[in-house]
Amino acid sequence: MKLSGWGRFPVVECHIAAPRNQDDLIRLAQSRPLIARGNGRSYGDSSLNSQLTLDMRHMNHMLAFDNETGQLTAEAGVLLSDIIDTFLPRGWFPAVTPGTKFVTVGGMIASDVHGKNHHKDGSFGSFLDWIEILTADGEVQRCSRNQNADLFEWTLGGMGLTGVILKAAFRLRPVESGWIRQTTVSAANLAEAIDIFEASGSSTYSVAWIDCLSSGPSLGRSLVYLGEHAALTDLPPEKLKAPFETPRKRKLNVPLDAPGFALNRWTVKAFNAVYYKAGHSKSGTQLVDWDTYFYPLDAILDWNRIYGRKGFAQFQCVIPLAQSKAGMQALLKAISAAGQGSFLSVLKRFGPQDSRFSFPMEGYTLALDFPVNRRSLDLMDKLDKITLAHGGRFYLAKDARLKADTLALSDTRVSQFREMRKSTQAAETFSSAQSDRLAL
Amino acid sequence: MTDTSKQKTALILGGRSDIGRAIAHRFAADGYTVALAARNADSLETDKADIALRYNVPVSLHELDVLDTAKMPQFVDGLGMLPDVVVSVVGLLGDQAENETDLEKATRVMRSNYEGPALLLGIFANLFEQRGSGTLVGVSSVAGDRGRAANYVYGSAKAGFTAFLSGLRNRLAGKGVHVVTIKPGFVRTQMTEGMKLPAPLTAAPEEVAEATLKAVRKKQSTVYTRPVWLLIMFIIRHLPEPIFKKMKA
Repeated sequence: MKLSGWGRFPVVECHIAAPRNQDDLIRLAQSRPLIARGNGRSYGDSSLNSQLTLDMRHMNHMLAFDNETGQLTAEAGVLLSDIIDTFLPRGWFPAVTPGTKFVTVGGMIASDVHGKNHHKDGSFGSFLDWIEILTADGEVQRCSRNQNADLFEWTLGGMGLTGVILKAAFRLRPVESGWIRQTTVSAANLAEAIDIFEASGSSTYSVAWIDCLSSGPSLGRSLVYLGEHAALTDLPPEKLKAPFETPRKRKLNVPLDAPGFALNRWTVKAFNAVYYKAGHSKSGTQLVDWDTYFYPLDAILDWNRIYGRKGFAQFQCVIPLAQSKAGMQALLKAISAAGQGSFLSVLKRFGPQDSRFSFPMEGYTLALDFPVNRRSLDLMDKLDKITLAHGGRFYLAKDARLKADTLALSDTRVSQFREMRKSTQAAETFSSAQSDRLAL
Repeated sequence: MTDTSKQKTALILGGRSDIGRAIAHRFAADGYTVALAARNADSLETDKADIALRYNVPVSLHELDVLDTAKMPQFVDGLGMLPDVVVSVVGLLGDQAENETDLEKATRVMRSNYEGPALLLGIFANLFEQRGSGTLVGVSSVAGDRGRAANYVYGSAKAGFTAFLSGLRNRLAGKGVHVVTIKPGFVRTQMTEGMKLPAPLTAAPEEVAEATLKAVRKKQSTVYTRPVWLLIMFIIRHLPEPIFKKMKA
């Protein structure tokens, strides 16, 4: 069956098997090499293996919940959306969430996802207590920071290349409502946006939408969204009666692939200008429901089709703090000059993180998406170079086109990751189209 | 949790299958206490934990082999309660070519799709009739609407099951007991994995579950889970035999 990541590029003919339980899985996993796949929300080729792709979505049982600590034990295929449906009405919310709720627990661990609160709380791994994983020797192993610590740390952010994640225990955070107190601050350019981030370190959530086609003195103009979970005292009386009830949004659908010309520099530029003006005029604080705040794109099912049949590629890098301003400036200049605007350009401050193979480090991260075509692929090669020149690195969960030598230059941890894979036989057992491309 | 004595109970026969699991989830989400019956029921502990955790309802597991008809009364007694709804999702597709030559395999398909589920629902029918309430749901198949070369051993057993449900419905009308026949067309399950199924005709197990709960609520009699199947099967049933023979469907 033809499979792809969320970006629909590349498309690979894959043999798929869908285990229903652990015995099934162990039997199927005797065929090698293989990669586990969750809900297919990584953008590129991280979850594709032509010989065997294990569809983990049926391994989706929630196993235990501790009402005192908020610790949930769940199988790897459980969706974050199901976790929210189940536990938000009981006063719990994911401690870290990526920009879509349609991801699995296994996927969140393999990518060590981050959210809008990374500067304060770190990545998903900060709330992860233990993992059970099927390793190359065919054994199921429990690992944590104290037990099989090497395996635990390599698996976090290890893109499924240390084994098949079977189940995990991680903590949710207590919340008083399903509402977010959102404050929108507009920034006339990149320098202003960075100043706002630096002054907002105490905000739980912060993220900026950035107009990547603006140039000159308004290069990097942005809308910075700050957010806090609304406490009961923040709610008006009509919401106080049912603080976890938020309006159910009607799901929109993209029924067709948009034609290739629908997204061009003029439509994107117009969209960005209108969006900025609308946001600018709405500056201030308002109550927003959790779904709109964290997952605006989830309301449009199959939104990946707006990029047309050829799909799209994401670019996400992080630049260390000392070089952030210069690096971001250079990236934005290159994008603006190329006229290859992206609808969804997101800027975010990361806090410190020290891990074996996870993406985040202290600094600023920029995420963009482009329709797949020659010009945007060339532009992304340029962005790679700028990232390297500023000491930055790349997010593998987004990547579909990075080159192996670029990755190795960006991150000294890559060679250690390769060695670990070799010495544990993981290299010949677990592989994806991405790990082949990047020689991981 | 609400007062459990007032909670309705749904018993799912064949609770391990993808459709059975989806139905258990849907009924639990609606507030039903759920009882799952299957072979090796112990291995459904993860399902039990999962459903209890997600929907905050009690879940119980019950050992059941639908081919062991002698033990059926014992199974029903052992439940310790009489459910409000019993859904049979029991079934076995088998391999048509094997079923044509291997008597043992064909017998197994016939008994799993007809004899087992029909006899067991028959026991519940009598108890429901005495009580004067309850709903019986049989998940049958469009394959029972007309025997086709591709799967007539399975199809004929489903046809028997469909006729049994129809008769039961007829008998129990006016006695407070309702009988629902669900005919899913293609469903994306473990049973059909690897088959090339046309997407517009293929339902997810959750759709079958939704249709089942709706049929129980609205007291529908026969439900095709995707309406297009009603049309398809109408045509297939009415094709004249000389044409149908040439199609080798």
